[in-house]
Amino acid sequence: MNNKDTQGELWEVFIQSKPGQSFKHAGAIHAFDREMAIENARDTYTRRGEGSGLWVVKSKDIVAVTPNEEGYFFDPSNDKVYRHPTFYEMPEGVKNM
Amino acid sequence: MKTEALSKEELLLAFEEKINSEQKIEPLDWMPDEYRNHLIRQISQHAHSEVIGMQPEGNWITRAPSLRSKKILLAKIQDEGGHGLYLYSAAETLGVSRDQYIQWLHEGKAKYASVFNYPALNWADMGAIGWLVDGAAITNQVSLQRTSYGPYSRAMVRICKEESFHQRQGYEIMWKMMEGTKDQQQMAQDALNRWWWPALMMFGPHDGDSPHTSNAMKWKIKRETNDILREKFINKTIPQAELIGLKVPDTQIELLSDGSYKHSDINWDEFWQVVNGNGPCNAQRLAHHIQVHNEGAWVRESANLSGNLE
Ligand SMILES: [Fe+2]
Ligand SMILES: [Fe+2]
Repeated sequence: MNNKDTQGELWEVFIQSKPGQSFKHAGAIHAFDREMAIENARDTYTRRGEGSGLWVVKSKDIVAVTPNEEGYFFDPSNDKVYRHPTFYEMPEGVKNM
Repeated sequence: MKTEALSKEELLLAFEEKINSEQKIEPLDWMPDEYRNHLIRQISQHAHSEVIGMQPEGNWITRAPSLRSKKILLAKIQDEGGHGLYLYSAAETLGVSRDQYIQWLHEGKAKYASVFNYPALNWADMGAIGWLVDGAAITNQVSLQRTSYGPYSRAMVRICKEESFHQRQGYEIMWKMMEGTKDQQQMAQDALNRWWWPALMMFGPHDGDSPHTSNAMKWKIKRETNDILREKFINKTIPQAELIGLKVPDTQIELLSDGSYKHSDINWDEFWQVVNGNGPCNAQRLAHHIQVHNEGAWVRESANLSGNLE
């Protein structure tokens, strides 16, 4: 937070739309503490029953891959094709595999 | 980590390739300054419009004619505040703080939709605003769901879901009045007469007179031009007016064979007068925002202190 800023810190909001589903980024809100953050997130992003679960995380605590590096960063997974089931040959007639 | 220093030309090429293949640009991606500055201006203007737009309707909460209509109006205005927040947080991803955006608004450096510089004189105006002003906003926002900037696009999707009730509640007010007494019918027609042209002005100048259109279209910030969106709005709204017995205040209206309407042009003198600060309520709207913001300063200060104790 900039010293001049008076609007609290920025928090990222994640909503789980139904129990069992993964949490999805919805947007951001401002708040001064954890309780205010979760309440502001509720009032701002779930006025119509959009969620069964809610997470808030301080934006500055999120670690992200720098876009210019993404090719290099994710590269190791591309040459390990044997991680995918389609890599393997199967005898004709095998079922349920 | 390995970073390859790309030249500005290569970065621009990669950026435009992404845009051309309908991929979204995300906050940490490289973008041309012009793209960033256009977004800073457009998204903050949009955010300010949502928030300033709460004033003409807020004016009628205490005088709503029934508990039902009061609850609806409150929920609608609360949504608009929420839309402002979605959009400010999208705008903040461009590297400008919310304080800065609000300061630019207060200094008159940032604009908001000039339609909110017209006064809401009576209850029928709540109908006209929901039906026409939200209706025009929706036409624009539906198109902006496909904008190339990821956070803006996602905010638009969320907003569009919420907007459909806004327009319906306004149209319902107009329809009920048209089913009522002669006086109520006159009120509804008078409200349409006063809000029709300001609503059409919401789409902005003609494409040829719109200084920011070409890059905004090329980089898919905007997906459809001002004039195309305005025509869409006109073509769907005139039949809605006729259905409940209202007449759009334009003597040139004529249904053409392709289903669109011929109509007369906007009074552009009035448009520029209001944009440049000389509308009926410009000073009042801004003064009110500044006053409320200053009155809330102690809340932010004390919240700041208690937050720091955590
Ligand atoms: Fe809105
Ligand atoms: Fe709305």
